[in-house]
Amino acid sequence: MNKQLFDVVIIGGGPAGLAAAHSAKLNGAKKILIIERDRELGGILQQCIHNGFGLHRFQQELTGPGYAQRYIQLVKEHPEIEVLLDTMVLQVNKDKTVIAVNPKQGVFEVQGEAIVFTMGCRERTRGAIRIPGKRPAGVFTAGAAQRMVNMEGYLPGKKIVILGSGDIGLIMARRLTLEGADVQAVLEIMPYSNGLTRNIVQCLDDYNIPLHLAHTIIAIHGQERVTGVTCAKVDANMKPIAGTEFDIECDCVLLSVGLIPENELSEEVGIALDAKTNGPIVDQRRQTSIPGFFAAGNVVHVHDLVDFVSEEGEIAGKYAALFAQSKLPENYRTLHVMAENAIRTVVPQKIALDHVSLDAVRLFMRVGKPEENLMVEVTGAGEKVLASKRLPIAKPGEMIVLEIPIDKFADAGDSIAVTTRQVVKA
Amino acid sequence: MQNGTKADIVIIGGGIVGTAIARELSKYQLDVILIEKQPDIAVGTTKANSAILHAGFDAHPDTLKARLNVRGNAMYHELEKELNLDIKWTGSLVVAKTDEEMVTLQELLIRGRKNNVPGLEILNREEVLAREPHLSSSVKGALWAPSAGIFLPFGAAVAFANNAIKNGVRILTECPAEEIVTRAGKVIGVKTPQGLIQCDYIINAAGVHADEISRLAGDDSFTIAPRKGEYILFDRKVGNLVNTVIFPAPSKVSKGILVCPTVHGNIFIGPNAQDIANKEDISTSPTGMSEIIDRAQDLLPQLPIREAITQFSGIRAAADCGDFVIRNSTTAAGLIHAAGIQSPGLTAAPAIAEFVVEILKQNGLLLTAKSAFDPHNPPTVVFKELSLAEKQAVVAQNPLYGRVICRCETITEGEIVAAIQQPCGAKTVDGVKRRTRAGMGRCQGGFCGPRVTAILARELNIPVSQVRKETAASYLFYEKMPGDCEVAGHE
Repeated sequence: MNKQLFDVVIIGGGPAGLAAAHSAKLNGAKKILIIERDRELGGILQQCIHNGFGLHRFQQELTGPGYAQRYIQLVKEHPEIEVLLDTMVLQVNKDKTVIAVNPKQGVFEVQGEAIVFTMGCRERTRGAIRIPGKRPAGVFTAGAAQRMVNMEGYLPGKKIVILGSGDIGLIMARRLTLEGADVQAVLEIMPYSNGLTRNIVQCLDDYNIPLHLAHTIIAIHGQERVTGVTCAKVDANMKPIAGTEFDIECDCVLLSVGLIPENELSEEVGIALDAKTNGPIVDQRRQTSIPGFFAAGNVVHVHDLVDFVSEEGEIAGKYAALFAQSKLPENYRTLHVMAENAIRTVVPQKIALDHVSLDAVRLFMRVGKPEENLMVEVTGAGEKVLASKRLPIAKPGEMIVLEIPIDKFADAGDSIAVTTRQVVKA
Repeated sequence: MQNGTKADIVIIGGGIVGTAIARELSKYQLDVILIEKQPDIAVGTTKANSAILHAGFDAHPDTLKARLNVRGNAMYHELEKELNLDIKWTGSLVVAKTDEEMVTLQELLIRGRKNNVPGLEILNREEVLAREPHLSSSVKGALWAPSAGIFLPFGAAVAFANNAIKNGVRILTECPAEEIVTRAGKVIGVKTPQGLIQCDYIINAAGVHADEISRLAGDDSFTIAPRKGEYILFDRKVGNLVNTVIFPAPSKVSKGILVCPTVHGNIFIGPNAQDIANKEDISTSPTGMSEIIDRAQDLLPQLPIREAITQFSGIRAAADCGDFVIRNSTTAAGLIHAAGIQSPGLTAAPAIAEFVVEILKQNGLLLTAKSAFDPHNPPTVVFKELSLAEKQAVVAQNPLYGRVICRCETITEGEIVAAIQQPCGAKTVDGVKRRTRAGMGRCQGGFCGPRVTAILARELNIPVSQVRKETAASYLFYEKMPGDCEVAGHE
């Protein structure tokens, strides 16, 4: 097998991978490869035909395919970026060789100077949340149903119950209503929705679709095809409360119960993962625990806006390109970023201090549960506040972003903390 | 099929018993038809069970269960080679945690030796923990049975069916037996929605429905008392927690809730035992899930519940007499029951097939060996298990092996097409899943489901809206609705 050499090999041609490729090119990489398993670039954006993408990036409301196309165009303009479609990566090795397969070339190996993981995420399934009951046809994850409706042109059902109020579930409630299906209800086991507020308004409220908070499905019925579900209210420990059961007739159950970063390849290489984000632990350059391996997008942590995914891809692409050109110092000081109090996750988890990585650091955070009147503070050595932000409302479904100039970290000690405190209403 | 179809023998039921019998009969110059009411074979008890090749120490020495278990276990060594079955001879442990349970192990040891189970021995605590370091430290000892193994029951049934078809058996799916036709107390045919099949012998291998088939001939000499068992399957990530089949010391009613590896490196826990009224009730319940989790954690305290990828339940086709019912019908000459096949039925299946052939012989059926009988199935390509050079070679020969459809299990389009095109080919999404593992991984078909559906539609030359999940009416997708998309009530 003759092994082709690349400066940067990017695994996954969704929004993170596309942005990484373009940014790697702008930062001096001469030979860049995107490996994509689907037959076209763009990733999940291609099935997201609704609008609402690109408000931050392009100050415009684009559809998913529209947003993807902008980056695909950028990538296509550069002959330095090679794209392999319909190609699955089978294995990534520590020496940065990548083994992949496609129908045209068969199994082949490529060698990167740097690798960028942009594999995205997958949906949690019925099995993972153990919904009891039968196993008839008509139970789908919301994303799989979205692909069938928007790309293949088929309906997953005509009378629908959606479990989980994540954004895909909300979007599909509207989409299926527009297709003529009858969306009976959206159930959410938490006392609040994890979806964006705008999606609750635009996808449920506008169509009179009821949202039952603190409710779940306790049984799925039907021998061949789904015939209905039994639902119940849940207590504070998310256990169904006896006596609150009710049945909903339906022929389809869609699950929107969470996304899991797809890190099987990263784990096989031995990259350290964050138990809370389920993604690699990265520094602000999106370099993982193994030098030369970078990661960006939903593979790092599940985003709610593609704009931030692109931003992260650009960062990873830039520093992967610098690494490939041996422009990143091998030795540098590292700060650890700790999530405290109401903050559940923070990315990046580390900050690398060297004379090259001089971009301002943007911390992406999520709270563990809805909060009000929150002061988010980033503190360094001696409780010195490096940055702060006041939030009247903070929701787990909406990412909190704080930007800090890199020079502020110079005398911050070995670790900084992202912490919160309650403040009185202004 | 037209009225007037004739066969020497009709087998009712395409589970592991029916297909093993079909394959055994295909060795002789006989015209055999197997009828199955579902679109695919092996979708009843055969698809959801503990998938264990039992050593044979459980059943009492004078039972058919004991005799056919030990014989069946031995036969699988030959079948493994002939039919390319996926078997791992892991051995099994029955674990005791109290002195009382240690006494039970001694009883099992004595019983097992009477049943001619090879290699049984009692291990002490240290020996058990050396084999299974993650077991609860409160273990006192265990009965070690080296001849036990794990396998794929539906894989075996499909392999039996493929080989049977190769040797001349016909399999008719979506073909339930509606009526057993007799004349002067003797079987002359089976009525099905596809027409009447005239025949001299009928073999009742209808699993949980075997008593209903028996009633069609006026024979109420046994009843099936369906007993449900629930299971939870775990991700391969935790597959290294156990190496062998691990039973708790048995109670009077069941072998208990076990922790068991699968041939693909996952582990499962279960089953519980619950008598049920409805034979189709394969639902799982929250109480059942908690019960098996608690019992499994008694054996394996570190079992991480969050690594569960799916749960399912299966139904044991237990007969009221407690033993297998393999004999002539009490009312209709020519009807032979192979019923009440609960555990260790999977293990016993090939021996049950031999036994049924013996009964046919005693009934006067002339058995002439078929010189052209080919005991072998061609090897199946499992892309993931090939070396790099072998992968390269299969893709060069057929580019479809270069397109990965199921990313969790790395199953290629070539494998899926082969599963659909084999003699007893998949016709449903679950049929593809059982034959190839596409959709069995951690995303449970979330990614590959729509793609497998499209491949089935293409290969079977049917619209996507006609592709089914499993059973006759389990359609997955609808055509989009015609008309405008005005939403009622929207202002």
